[in-house]
Amino acid sequence: MTTTSADHRARPLPAGTKAPDFELPSTPDRTVSLAEFRGQPVILAFYPEDWSPVCSDQMALYQEVLPEFQKFNAELLGISVDGVWSHLAFAKDRNLHFPLLADFEPKGKVARAYHVYRARDGTSERALYVIDGDGIVRWSYVSPVGVNPGADGILRALENLGKEGAS
Amino acid sequence: MSTTRWKTVLTMPVNRERDHIQGPADAAVTLVEYGDYECPYCGAAYPIIKEVQARMGRRLLFVFRNFPITTSHPHAEQAAEAAEVAATQGKFWQMHDLLYENQRRLRDQDLRAYAEKLGLDVELFDKELAEHVHAERIHEDFLSGVRSGVNGTPTLYINGARHDGSYEIEPLLRALERGGASERGTR
Repeated sequence: MTTTSADHRARPLPAGTKAPDFELPSTPDRTVSLAEFRGQPVILAFYPEDWSPVCSDQMALYQEVLPEFQKFNAELLGISVDGVWSHLAFAKDRNLHFPLLADFEPKGKVARAYHVYRARDGTSERALYVIDGDGIVRWSYVSPVGVNPGADGILRALENLGKEGAS
Repeated sequence: MSTTRWKTVLTMPVNRERDHIQGPADAAVTLVEYGDYECPYCGAAYPIIKEVQARMGRRLLFVFRNFPITTSHPHAEQAAEAAEVAATQGKFWQMHDLLYENQRRLRDQDLRAYAEKLGLDVELFDKELAEHVHAERIHEDFLSGVRSGVNGTPTLYINGARHDGSYEIEPLLRALERGGASERGTR
């Protein structure tokens, strides 16, 4: 059986891990840190690049599903290695109204911390994290790079946060 | 383990009362499409699904559900509502077809022209569109799609399982035939 390197997906940080904190620019004059969302769930959507077709569908889908995420008081953050100006143009072109974080300098630092950097391509995996209000990873998933993972896994994870009580 | 794969299956079963359906209730294979009238990929799938329906005949039940991605397609929601208004006047599929055959002309005046062409009660059509009478139902479709793992449009389900393979005619037909062979026809 032959496995091409494209099939080698990263293993994300498992549930129960403390989510590495970060602070990244989302626009030329604004930075976003994970810590500022303490007390509410955070959805981290790593995607390889702005503008590539699958990413765009995925982010457009998340924009459309945003009201459902907000029912759980969850904050959605997109994150890729693109710079802020690319993010701005991309968000404007696609009507995206949630922060896109620039994991740009040092390149991929946050993706590496979350174990979803693809050194070979210089981009991140297409990976999803749901982090609870205490900053603990509660769900993570890495999709094949060319496959839009949809939103059902995220919604299920957000529902489970409620069931498990705690946070 | 947090990376467990989940099954992508249809969470809202096909319902004859509620869904837009073509084909007999006892068909061996059920094909559900989540689609967006302004999405070019759905437009490309439209003639393929027609062809599949023609070839499979009464062995296939086809269901269309709305999945407008308005962020990318500014006319998709209004078009979906137009088809739902047509449905209340017994012309869902005629409108569905017209919309896909005229994907680049989905402005309000275009939709109205299609309503006239189909002989709908245009006054009622205007009123229901203006009041977004069918928006809730479309949103229900949309959410059921999200929960079923729709990850773009079109997304197809064969006997309740998401079809991740090709949308070309031959492979799609093979997948449908397999679906019919391996299961005893889930509604």
